[in-house]
Amino acid sequence: MSDIIIRNISKSYEEVEALKKISFEVEEGELFGLIGPDGAGKTSLFRILTSLLIPDAGEAEVCGFHTVRDYKQIRKIIGYMPGRFSLYQDLSVEENLTFFATIFGTTIEENYSLIEDIYVQIEPFKKRKAGKLSGGMKQKLALCCALIHKPRVLFLDEPTTGVDAVSRDEFWAMLKRLKTQGISILVSTPYMDEASLCDRIALIQNGNILAIESPENIIGGYGKHLYEVKSDQFYQLLLDLRASGFGERIEAFGEYLHMSSVNPVDQRQVREFLEDKGHREIQLRETQANIEDVFLDLM
Amino acid sequence: MKTTTAIEIKDLTKKFGDFTAVNAINLKVSKGEIFGFLGANGAGKTTAIRMLTGLSMPSSGEANIAGFDVYKQRESIKENIGYMSQKFSLYGDLSIRQNIRFYGGIYGLSRKEIRAKTEQILEELQLEEYADKVVEELPLGWKQRLAFAVSNVHDPAIVFLDEPTGGVDPVTRRQFWEMIYESAAKGVTIFVTTHYMDEAEYCDRICIMVAGKIEALGTPQELKQRFDTDNMDEVFLKLVRTN
Repeated sequence: MSDIIIRNISKSYEEVEALKKISFEVEEGELFGLIGPDGAGKTSLFRILTSLLIPDAGEAEVCGFHTVRDYKQIRKIIGYMPGRFSLYQDLSVEENLTFFATIFGTTIEENYSLIEDIYVQIEPFKKRKAGKLSGGMKQKLALCCALIHKPRVLFLDEPTTGVDAVSRDEFWAMLKRLKTQGISILVSTPYMDEASLCDRIALIQNGNILAIESPENIIGGYGKHLYEVKSDQFYQLLLDLRASGFGERIEAFGEYLHMSSVNPVDQRQVREFLEDKGHREIQLRETQANIEDVFLDLM
Repeated sequence: MKTTTAIEIKDLTKKFGDFTAVNAINLKVSKGEIFGFLGANGAGKTTAIRMLTGLSMPSSGEANIAGFDVYKQRESIKENIGYMSQKFSLYGDLSIRQNIRFYGGIYGLSRKEIRAKTEQILEELQLEEYADKVVEELPLGWKQRLAFAVSNVHDPAIVFLDEPTGGVDPVTRRQFWEMIYESAAKGVTIFVTTHYMDEAEYCDRICIMVAGKIEALGTPQELKQRFDTDNMDEVFLKLVRTN
């Protein structure tokens, strides 16, 4: 049973095609990641699925409800955390939460067990105005507000953008726990490393879906040879390798450069070339692709 | 060899009432260095940067930025640094050309210099045919690269970048970093904050702030060795969690 069904959805804004005939499904209890850069169409899709935007063509259902015809039912059963911080900045933490509980006809107490893990972390600041919270705490409060009516499906639009690595890590641990409670989650992120934490991901760019797979299969489908290279002069290495003709694509990847190539590269030749160019402490070896390599390759 | 010092900080402290946001930090950054300034949200990074850019007066300690004192020469500091952040950079309702002219004017460039800079930036970014387009309508990645170019319009000694690459695709992020390398290779000092740990690896040295203090400082390689791990994510998590 699929909790989200998307069929041939298109949406344009004047001459910009934000979504081009997109189709996919999210299963019940699935943690599904929408991975792509700013401007890929992620937010338009979220707005359509949450009944806030009408598509130009195609249809979508959430828990069997049509996003246009049944918009009232949809709004009762979903939780939505938009990309831009959308809580009331001049209300306190506690007031925001009470407000959202009240408009959904429930109370904080009724569903407290669902938000407890998250709420205890911000409870010491419950009298503080939401606008005065740090990035990580704002994000936790927004998640609590999206969960307080016990939604069946949770929509999280870039919940971790601009949030530090520790808070991001904690946030994903919370999503894992919510998943065990049977809540389906559609989450978008520009951070490629977060993709591996999803059950399945869709890579999206310029309104097109480039691939839909489990993270393992996405990586398994990378059909090229990939090498990591390093020397004592990082930037010069990038320039030299690009000019060398070895590999088809050279990109920085943390402390290494990644060089991809359809055909195997003669590593001894590369080393000799780099030594001639004055590079020292050269490291070169074949390596495994990660999601970001695949994304770069598909773009 | 990098010999000249671009930034020197001794026991720099900022208090807000009883709260010490920045607690006696010490730092030396060389000319042409790419220095990564990392920390969790709320660790005191923004407060520190506001002091280093002459926007906020320290409570105590010393800091010298591009040869100028943070207490007595704040205006000279502002003239000799560039600044770019996600939140504040370009005027969305002005065109590319107008933004460059505006910032050139603010930094006191002559008309002739502004004309030359405009041509140079448009050419380097390959934006000639979009010069009169309103900035708001450009893709985020273009805006970021333009914002970086504009923050360099007056040839500053140091450029401060506050989370410059949030939200863009991996290709655009890399193009942005290649602009940074290029500037650093020309001798510009880069002081950058980021939440992307792979970007921390692109820095010559980094420091990690935790609760107002600098808890680690070194090359990415040194920090990974010290924390006995092979990735920066792990260094960051270990350091921030234990504190």
